[in-house]
Formats: sequence, C-alpha cells, structure tokens
Amino acid sequence: MDSSPEPRTDNGSEPTATFPLAQVVIVVVLVLIPIVALMWVSSYAKREPELWGFPFFYWYQFCWVFATAILTSIAYRIVVHHERRRVRPPSQRRAPRNPDDGSGR
Amino acid sequence: MIAAATTVDHSVNGVALTIVIILFLAVTVLGFLSMRWRHSGGGMHSLDEWGLGGRGFGTWITWFLLGGDLYTAYTFVAVPAAMFATGAVSGFFAVPYTIVVYPIIFVFMARLWSVSHTHGFVTPADFVKGRYGSRGLSLAVAITGILATMPYIALQLVGIQAVLEVLGLGGTGGKLAQDLPLLIAFAVLAAYTYSSGLRAPAAIAFVKDTLIYLVIIVAIVYLPSKVGGWHHVFDAAGEKFAKTNPATGKPVGSVIPTTASMWPYATLALGSAMALFMYPHSITAVLSSKSRNVIRRNASILPAYSFMLGLLALLGFVAIAAGTKPIGLDGQPNAQLVVPQLFEDNFPSWFAGVAFAAIAIGALVPAAIMSIAAANLFTRNIYRDFINPDATDAQEAKVSKVVSLLVKLGALAFVFTLDKTLALNFQLLGGVWILQTFPAIVFGLYTRWFHRWALLLGWAVAMVYGTITAYQQINPATGKHFGSSVGAIELIGKTGYIALTAFVINVIVAVVVTVVLRALRAPAGDDVTLPEDYRADAGDPRVKDLPELAS
Repeated sequence: MDSSPEPRTDNGSEPTATFPLAQVVIVVVLVLIPIVALMWVSSYAKREPELWGFPFFYWYQFCWVFATAILTSIAYRIVVHHERRRVRPPSQRRAPRNPDDGSGR
Repeated sequence: MIAAATTVDHSVNGVALTIVIILFLAVTVLGFLSMRWRHSGGGMHSLDEWGLGGRGFGTWITWFLLGGDLYTAYTFVAVPAAMFATGAVSGFFAVPYTIVVYPIIFVFMARLWSVSHTHGFVTPADFVKGRYGSRGLSLAVAITGILATMPYIALQLVGIQAVLEVLGLGGTGGKLAQDLPLLIAFAVLAAYTYSSGLRAPAAIAFVKDTLIYLVIIVAIVYLPSKVGGWHHVFDAAGEKFAKTNPATGKPVGSVIPTTASMWPYATLALGSAMALFMYPHSITAVLSSKSRNVIRRNASILPAYSFMLGLLALLGFVAIAAGTKPIGLDGQPNAQLVVPQLFEDNFPSWFAGVAFAAIAIGALVPAAIMSIAAANLFTRNIYRDFINPDATDAQEAKVSKVVSLLVKLGALAFVFTLDKTLALNFQLLGGVWILQTFPAIVFGLYTRWFHRWALLLGWAVAMVYGTITAYQQINPATGKHFGSSVGAIELIGKTGYIALTAFVINVIVAVVVTVVLRALRAPAGDDVTLPEDYRADAGDPRVKDLPELAS
C-alpha cells in the first residue's frame, strides 16, 4: 500500500470502499442480535413454559449459547471471505497461508 | 431423598487430600517440563519468553488459554455460591455475560491483534502510548490494569482456599489456623508462577480443562437426579428465596429476576462482558495467537464454555435441594464453600478429590496468567517508561517476576480486607476499574477523534466515581463497605452495575472535553499507527512475530 501522506491524526478507520456496506451491515446485525436479545431481560424473565423442569428463563438463555455461536460463525465466514478477496498490491502479497489460518481446522 | 449434612465435619479427608496432592504434583511436573516446550533457545530470561510464551499459539492452545480466562474460581466457586445465596440476579447473569462477550471481541480484537503485531505492542498500555503519544494515558491504563487484576486474583485465592477448607486443612482455633488454607493457597500460587511463566499455564490448561469437563459432566448428570430432578431443584430454590432476609426485610433472593432486578441483571452482564477483554491477561492471550482471525474463529466456537458455566451455576440450586450446609472454619456459614461441600457430601472421597483438584488447579492457572500479565504491564509501561529506560532484557524479566509476586500480595490484601460473603463481588469490583480503560483502547482502535487529555480526564472522573460508589454499598448483613457492585443510576431512577454507570460518565466527559480541546486546538499528540496497520495479518511483511524487545 503506498503510504501517501494521508493526515493520520483523524482516524484509523478502514476506507469503506474496501468492505461493501451491505456486508458491514449484515455483520453488525449478526453481532448485535444476541446482545440485544439478552439485554432485553423482560422478554424472558418468566417461569412458563418450562422445559424438562427448567423454567423458561433458564432454558431460553441456554438456547442463546448455541444461537450466538451460529450467528458469530456466519459473521466470521463473511469477514474472512472478504479479507481473502481484498486486492493487495504485489509488493504485499500474502505469504503462503499458514495452515492455522483457514476456516477449517 | 435429601442428603442432609447437618453436622459439619472439619476433620481431614485423607483420600481426597491424597488425590489432590497427586494430581497437583503431576501438574507441577508438567509445568516444569513445559519450560522446555517449544523452546526457542533464549531461556526464560527475556520478558517475551517468560511472559508471552514466544507468541506463536494457534487456535487450540489459544482456545484453552482463553477458556482459562472464563473457567476460573469465578465459574466453580463464586457463581454457584452467589446462586446458592441469593439466586439468579447475583449469579446467573454470568451466562448472558459470557455469551455477549464473544460478539464484542469479534468486533474489535482482530484490529488490536493487527496493530499490536505491526508495532510490537505487548500490552494495552503500549497501544495507547503509540496511538495517542501520551505517556500519561498509557500510565493510567497500566495502573488500572494492575489494580483491577488484584481483586480478580483475590477471587482465585478464595476459590483455592474454599477447597482446602472443605478438605479439612486448617483449624478452628485461632486466627492463624483459620487462615491457614488461604496462606497455603497463596504460597503454592507464588512458587508456581515464579518458576515458569505463561508456558506452564498453557500446557496445564489441557489437563485442567479435561479434569473440569469430567467433573462437570458427572456432577450434572448425577446430582440433580439424586436430589429429585430439576423440577424439584428449582422448587427448593424458590422456597428458600421466598423467605424474608432478617437483615433487609426483603426476600432472600429470586429464581427469576423481578421487575426491579432486570436492570441489574442486564447491566451486570453487559458491563462484565465489556470489561473482560480489557484485563491485561485476556489481551495477552489474544496477542499470543498466530493470526488476526484465530481470535474471531475462537469467538465463534468458544460459547461451549458458556453452556458449562450455566450448568455449573445451577449447582448452586442443586446444593439448596441437597441441603448442603457450607460452614467455614470460623463457624459462620460461607457460601463460597458450597460447591466443594456438595461434592464432599455426595461423592465418594476419591471422586471428591478429583473435583477438588480440578477446582484448585482451575483457580491456580488463571491466577498465574493474571499475575504475569499484570507484571508485564508494570515492567513495560511503568518500569521501562518511567524508572529505567535502559533496562536490559534480564533486568526486565527479573522485575516482572518480582512484581508478579507483589501483585499476588495485593490480591491477598483484598481477601483480608474486603467482605468475603460474596466472592463474586471481587471480580465485579475489578470490572468497575478495568472498564474505564475501554474508551482509550477500543474507541482508539477505530478513531483518533477523542483527545488524549479528554480520555484521561474521563478515566479519572469515572475511576473516582466508581470507587466511591462501590465503597458506599454496604452489605446489610455484615455492615462492610464494598458490599455490592450494583448501585443507583442517577437521573434514570434505576439500579445497575456501577462499572457501566461509571463508563457512561467516562464517555460523556471524554466527548465534552474533546470538543472543547479541539476548539482550543490543544496538541493532539503523535500517532505512530497507520490505518492499514489495523488490518495487517500474519504473512504481511509488516507483521512481526516477536516484539522489538526480543532483539
């Protein structure tokens, strides 16, 4: 990246052109859903319906453990997919990916 | 149906004690062997070697290290104790807390990884200094990190103490005999960290988590059915909490948050989640990973920890149904003992021993990681910046080791002076402080709009407000200060986690003062980082494997 003398006092945010706005919005929403859902305590602070003896309050939050894992994984895939495709100047081509860098394990 | 333990037995449980000692020795040997593990040849004499394990950890090791931040005495001892004592609001908020933490770190931790690896930042204070060109702000972040880590370590000491006390170590006669379990816990921790740094905890994390999973699964499958099923467990808890607490005239607690306690529940969860990755030890774990996306991938697989945490929390209710009577060496009820006591009452001695070892090691490892991270912070950002700029690597490593010991002594002081009836409160108090570094660190990852002096002022106001407000919370039962971390939120007439209220004040001050300082054209300070530094990944030529101090 040519380090043209951009005034760097202002901010270090990514130029929006490198990350399509729609994807940013999707990632932000995916990440916000669990936070909003769990902060909204009045929506789940109740006893009924019970499940296997657990009041709703408890099993509902356990469900969010899995829901959050799924939502965050989707956000991860979107972000990684985008970062892979980001065009890099030849001088900064990424070295062969190390095996730990993939989405598999 | 109910396994009542009406008489309290303080004699030594020989079988359990033997098992704890054997497992502990095995782990210690592993710790020493691990000093040679992945050894890059320089010995443990540079700070980078001792404190960051050489910074080359991949997904699985990072997963275990990060898990170590969550699976601590907080999970096994403090959260179930809070559930046992007063119910969902003071304990179960830990579940939404550990869920919400992943989306939060997903967003900003990759940027912190990248900028740290392009500039060789090892601590949050390093980043703040590079970003804002402000030694004062960097010092504030460093001091806060060290201060906030102490009560968190204190919680681990209380956890080890609880195990030793139930095992029957210590005596009821005299102050020294009563404090013996705590002093043993401290001595073991100190000896252990001093010798092997972060590599030991990383290796031991595998053993620890295996033991822990084993114990949790057995406990969760066996205990609820033994005491009459989950339905009965929740009924027994509801019955206990409906009684009136003589000290407050209100119900003892609640199984499901009431309208008044929804705000505390939500703010405790959110505040704790935002605070967790401001702790120096959490940041160390993140920076130890191999590439910027290891942390994001972890954020999508780590919630498995939250599930186990929720089940462990419910052991507090199981103990109510089982009629567990946690009585300390001083003859007073001590909720912190509830999980070890539950195991001792309901399992054969040998399995209780395995469980005790899991809890003790599970407190020891994070405590070691925390004290090392706090010591790194002191060495780099206070010793080197303000006391001895020309320090050699060997001097720095030595200072770090000594400071890690002092941090643990500070933790011990917290245990002796604060109200121990709710150990969870130690961690919450740490959160009140550490959350005040959030604006400088996290906002700084995205923008330089905030003025360094405004951030410093916001931090100072919030620290004072948070500390005073926390001090004013008096435990009605014991009359001690710092009795709770939930206080009134001014202006909106609700109650909530003091850390979050202080954080809002912090941000408001920072914004207002920034506007003023910008209007006055106050010098903004030099920023050594470039926008692209926040996106650099492993393989990028600018990314350093090791910080410059290793050279």
